[in-house]
Amino acid sequence: MPLHLEVITPERPVYEDDVDMVVAPASEGYVGILPHHAPFFTTLGPGEFKVKKGGVEEVLAVFGGFMDVRADRVVVLTDAAEHAEEIDAGRAQEARAKAQQALAAGPLSAADEQRARAALQRALIRLRVTEGRRRRR
Amino acid sequence: MPSEREIRRRIRSVRNIQQVTKAMQTVAASRMRRSQQAVLASRPYEERLRTILNELAPYTEPESHPLLARRETKRAAIVLITTDRGLVGALNTNIIRLAIRHAQSLPGVTFVAVGRKAIGQLRRFHQTTAAEFSGFSERPTIADTSIVARVAMEEFVTGRVDEVFLAYTRFVNTLRQVPTLRRILPLVPEDEDLDALPRLQYIFEPDPETVLEAVLPRLIELTVYQAALDNAASEQSARMVAMRNATDNASELLDDLTLAANKARQGRITKEMLEIASGAEALGKG
Repeated sequence: MPLHLEVITPERPVYEDDVDMVVAPASEGYVGILPHHAPFFTTLGPGEFKVKKGGVEEVLAVFGGFMDVRADRVVVLTDAAEHAEEIDAGRAQEARAKAQQALAAGPLSAADEQRARAALQRALIRLRVTEGRRRRR
Repeated sequence: MPSEREIRRRIRSVRNIQQVTKAMQTVAASRMRRSQQAVLASRPYEERLRTILNELAPYTEPESHPLLARRETKRAAIVLITTDRGLVGALNTNIIRLAIRHAQSLPGVTFVAVGRKAIGQLRRFHQTTAAEFSGFSERPTIADTSIVARVAMEEFVTGRVDEVFLAYTRFVNTLRQVPTLRRILPLVPEDEDLDALPRLQYIFEPDPETVLEAVLPRLIELTVYQAALDNAASEQSARMVAMRNATDNASELLDDLTLAANKARQGRITKEMLEIASGAEALGKG
């Protein structure tokens, strides 16, 4: 039995297909979902979302949201999701450098520090997703 | 009867107006396509989120989360979404009238105004507003609308209001936009007949409370976002139609004026001919 996967953001549906397995960045760490999974509901952190289908693995970057799992389908509602090929690695590198500089430059207000850390995390996830794509080629 | 020159002047000015409305029509038509796509692309998310709320319903008691709390209504809030700019036919008039009429049926009302037209009209009617937002009516982003949603939730959770309504113009198609008012807080699962549903034994991670805390505010944010997108698509559609009507009216007016100008010209020529003829006759006699 295949697993029907939908990844949807408020702006658009990002992914819809029958797949063999997904690995998602759940709140308590990465979880792998195979068909016939028990009903499961979790919040998602930002991270790499892996989709396996017919021996091919595709990776998306997802940023927050939740995942609803049933025996035969998975629905991911996320604030933002990007395919590896949509990510601009150059821009992510710039964002990483900028965030690292801001953090290294010294004392920040709590809000600014949080913002910089979140930006850094997003940049790192994007870079990991694009690197994974290059490795597989 | 206006003189021929006056009519010619009016023809020129109507033609200029027509050029302007024609240009605005073209602009609105291209924006309309974009905002219609945006509203349709975002619908699956909201639909899924609503399904999820219904699935979680067995775990939601009115006391399990502040956004579910049901209280007797002493005061309500209405989030009124309008456009920033005009030239959209009766779009804003209709939704503002609907909201104000609903406000009159409630014991007490605070408005949250979204869009310059809402802000202006609510001031004119001396209505109290908790907050005013503008500047994103044509292209709302989730960041813009989340602030609106958070203000509404804040009003509700603190107990300043016991119900929150959302008034906006729902987009159906290019020719049809419907003024819509619906209650968004307290959150009530749509399917009240819960016993009929097969109850799935869900595993929640980290735990049901945290999940509800993540899902419920998100649902409100999304409802407001979706409404703003609907309103934007309605705005562009209504403006396109209004401008097309204006262009058509200008064409009709031009036809009438051209006819009047030709008649005046014909009259002038006939008069001149008569004068020449009678002059020649007078000469011949003399």
